[in-house]
Amino acid sequence: MAHSVKKYRGLMDWITTVDHKKIGILYFAAGGLFFVIGGIEALLIRLQLMFPKGTFDILDGQTYNEVMTMHGTTMIFLAAMPLVFGLMNAVVPLQIGARDVAFPFLNSLGFWTFFFGGVLLNISWFTGTVPDIGWTAYAPLSGQEFSGTGSDYYAIGLQIAGIGTLVGGINFLVTIINMRAPGMSFMRMPLFTWTSFITSGIILFAFPALAVGLIYISFDRLFDANFFVTATGGNAILWEHIFWIFGHPEVYILVLPAFGAISEILPTFARKRLFGYSSMVFATALIGFLSFMVWAHHMFTVGMGDIANALFGVATMLIAIPTGIKVFNWLFTIWGGKIQFTTAMLYATSFIPTFVMGGVTGVMLAIPPADFQFHDSYFVVAHFHYVIVGGIVLSLLAAAYYWWPKMFGRMLNETLGKWSFWLFFIGFHLTFFIQHFLGLWGMPRRVFTYLPNQGWDTANFVSSIGAFFMAAGVIVILINAIISIKGPKAPADPWDGRTLEWSIASPSPEYNFKQLPLVRGLDAFWLEKMDGKKEMTPAEPLGPIHMPSPSILPFFMSLGLFIAGFGFMYRGYEFESAFMNNLFGYNIIAIFGLAITLVCMFLRSVYDDHGYHIEVEELQKEG
Amino acid sequence: MSQAAHLDKLPPEPEKATLEGRNKVLGFWLFLGGETVLFGTLFATFIALRNSVLDGPTGIELFSLSITAIATFILLTSSLTSVFAIQAMHHKNIKNMLTWLGVTVVLGLGFLVLEIYEFYEYVAHDGFGFTTSAFSSSFYALVGFHGAHVALGVLWISLLMLQIKKKGLTTVTAPKIYVASLYWHFIDVVWVFIFTIVYLMGKVG
Repeated sequence: MAHSVKKYRGLMDWITTVDHKKIGILYFAAGGLFFVIGGIEALLIRLQLMFPKGTFDILDGQTYNEVMTMHGTTMIFLAAMPLVFGLMNAVVPLQIGARDVAFPFLNSLGFWTFFFGGVLLNISWFTGTVPDIGWTAYAPLSGQEFSGTGSDYYAIGLQIAGIGTLVGGINFLVTIINMRAPGMSFMRMPLFTWTSFITSGIILFAFPALAVGLIYISFDRLFDANFFVTATGGNAILWEHIFWIFGHPEVYILVLPAFGAISEILPTFARKRLFGYSSMVFATALIGFLSFMVWAHHMFTVGMGDIANALFGVATMLIAIPTGIKVFNWLFTIWGGKIQFTTAMLYATSFIPTFVMGGVTGVMLAIPPADFQFHDSYFVVAHFHYVIVGGIVLSLLAAAYYWWPKMFGRMLNETLGKWSFWLFFIGFHLTFFIQHFLGLWGMPRRVFTYLPNQGWDTANFVSSIGAFFMAAGVIVILINAIISIKGPKAPADPWDGRTLEWSIASPSPEYNFKQLPLVRGLDAFWLEKMDGKKEMTPAEPLGPIHMPSPSILPFFMSLGLFIAGFGFMYRGYEFESAFMNNLFGYNIIAIFGLAITLVCMFLRSVYDDHGYHIEVEELQKEG
Repeated sequence: MSQAAHLDKLPPEPEKATLEGRNKVLGFWLFLGGETVLFGTLFATFIALRNSVLDGPTGIELFSLSITAIATFILLTSSLTSVFAIQAMHHKNIKNMLTWLGVTVVLGLGFLVLEIYEFYEYVAHDGFGFTTSAFSSSFYALVGFHGAHVALGVLWISLLMLQIKKKGLTTVTAPKIYVASLYWHFIDVVWVFIFTIVYLMGKVG
C-alpha cells in the first residue's frame, strides 16, 4: 500500500525535512553562520586588545563585555555544538548501516529549537540589550541588581537551544542501540559512532542540570525568586555548582566526537587499522564517566576547602590517563603507516600535538595551589582555546574535509584546503601560545584594555596578528566551500575508506542503503574490499522501503517557544504604548507562544504519520 | 476488519512489536534518565536552601503531614491502577484498560486538588509565597515542577484515552499508553522523594 505524500521543493523542503542527511547540512549551515559571527566577535576582541589603552580603542568597557560574552556563548552553544551534531547526523546512521535515525521528527525538532534559540540570543544585538555577563553568567552578576534584559536573552535563548540538544542526544542513543545493521555489534562500531554514543549519554545527564540552572536565573530575574540572591537567603555559589556540573561535561560532549573523527581519519590516511580499538572504546567510556566527577576544579578559588580542592584536583588529573591512552593509540596508528597528507590528514595530525599542549596545561591547572596563581589570568584563556580550538575546531575541520564529499557529493579543492590549513594552524599558535605567557606575566582575563609598558604590549600585538591569520584561514575555507558547489563530483569512496558510509553513493540516496548491509567485522567495508568485493553483502532481499513523511510541525513548535521566550522576557518591561504593556504584562504573548507549541504537540499525537514507501521498481531504476 | 479480529492479530506485547515501538520505549526510558537529573538538581537546590527561611515561616510551622500523607496515598494508588491498565492492555481488554486509565486520571486530579489547596493555604494564610525566602522559592520550584508534571500527565493520559476510543489498540497506540504509564510511575517515584525530603525532613527540622 503506497501512501501518496506531498513532496516539497526549495525552502519548504528544508523547513519540513526529517532526513538526517539534510538536517546534518542544516546544522552545518547554521553552525557555520554562528561560527562566522562568533569569529567576527573574536576579531573585535583582538582588535581592541591589540594596543594598550589610548592608542586604538574601538570598544568601550560595556561593549567589550557584550562582545566577549557573545563570543564565548556563540562559539560553545551555537557553533561547536551544532557542528558536532551536524557531523553526527551526517555520519552516524551511515556508519551503523541504518536508513535513518530512530526519531526523524524529533531530529528536525532538535535542529529548529537550537536554531531559534540561537536567533533569539543574537536578536539582542538589535534590541541593544546584549548579554554582558560572560558565558558563565555567574550570580549575582546575572541577577536583577547588576544586569539588564541581556541576561534574559542569555537564559531563555540557551534554554530553548538546550531543548534541541537534549532531544538530539536521546535520539542518537536510541539510534545507536536499536538501529545497527545485522552483524554490527557494539564492538564492531566505528570509533566516531562510539564517541557519538558516549557524548549523547553525557548530554542526557548534563543538559537537564543547565536547564534547571537557567530556569533559576529566569525565576530570579522575572518572578523575583531568591535562588541566587544572597540578600534574601539565596546562594550565589549554587549557580557555579549547577553551571559547572553541566559545564565541565560539556567540554567532553564537544571533544569526544572530535576524538572520534580523528580516530577515523588517521587509519584511513595511514592505511592501517586503528591501533588499540578496544582500549579506545574503554578510554572514551572512562572519560565520559570522569567528566561528571571534576566540575569543581573550575571553583578552586571559591573557598570550598582543602579537601574538596584536593579531591577534585586528583580526579581531574585522572582524566589524563584515558586521554593519554588515546594519544598514544593515535601515534601508534600512524606509526609505520603509508601516510597520505590530504587536507583532512593535515588537520588531524596537527590536532595531536596541539591538543596535547591543551591537555598538559589542563593538568597544570588541576593543581589547586598552582591554580590560585593561574586563575582568572590569560593562562586560562590560552588553555581552553588550546582545548577548544586546537582540539575541537581542528578536528571538526579535519572531519569536514573528510566527510564533505559524502555530505555534499562534491570534492573540496585540496590546494585551497592546504592554504586554509597553514593559515589557520599558524594563526592559531601565534594567537594563543603567547597568551600562556601573558597570563604568567600577570595579565587578567576579561579586561577590555590595559595600561602600556607593563610588558604586555608586544605579546598582545603578536596575539592579534595571529587572529588575522586565523580569519584568513576561515575565509579560504568559506571560499572553498562555495566553489565546491561547482567542484568535481565526488566518487562513492574518494579516500579508500574503511567504514560503511563509503560503501554507498556520494551523496547517499535518501534511503541510505538499498539493502541493509551484512557486517562481518570491524572496518566492515575494508574487510569486503580485502576479500576482493566491490560492495557490501546485502543482509536482506530487495523490498519496498518505508520512509517518514516530511513535517512542518517541528518548525512551528520551535517558533512557538521562540515567541513565548519574548513574552516572558518582556513581561515586566515598560513599553511606550499601553497596548504593548498589556500584551506582555498579562503574559498574552507568552501564552500565545506556548499555545502554538502545545497545539503542534497535540496534532503530532493525534494524527499518525503513516509515511510512504519507495517501491522496488523505483529502487531498481536508480541502480 | 472488525475490532475483535484485529485484536486477535495483535502480538502479545504490542508496545514492543515494531521497531518504532521499541525505539519509543527505549527513548522514553532515556528521557526519564534526563528527568532524574532535572529533579536531582531541584532536590539539591532545595536541600541547600531549605534553612534559608528569613522572616518567613519554616517547614515545621507550615507542613501538615495529614494532607500530604493522603496525597501520597492517592498518588501511589494511581501508580497501581496504571499497572492494572497495562495488564489489561496485555490481555487486550480495551474496556478494562480505559477504566483503569480513567481511575488513574481521577486519582491524579485528586492529588492536584490537594496540592492546589495546600499551596493556596500557604499563600493566603501563612504568608508563604514564591518570593518570601530562598526556602520558599526552592520549595515551590521543586514541588511545583512535580505538580506540573502530574498535570501534564493527566492531560496526556486523557488525550490517549480519546485516541484509543477512536483508533483502537494497535501497534501504534500501544507504545503511547506504555510510555505514558512509565511517565506516571516516574512522577510517583519523585513524589516519594519529595514526601521524604521536603515534608518528613521538614517536620523534623
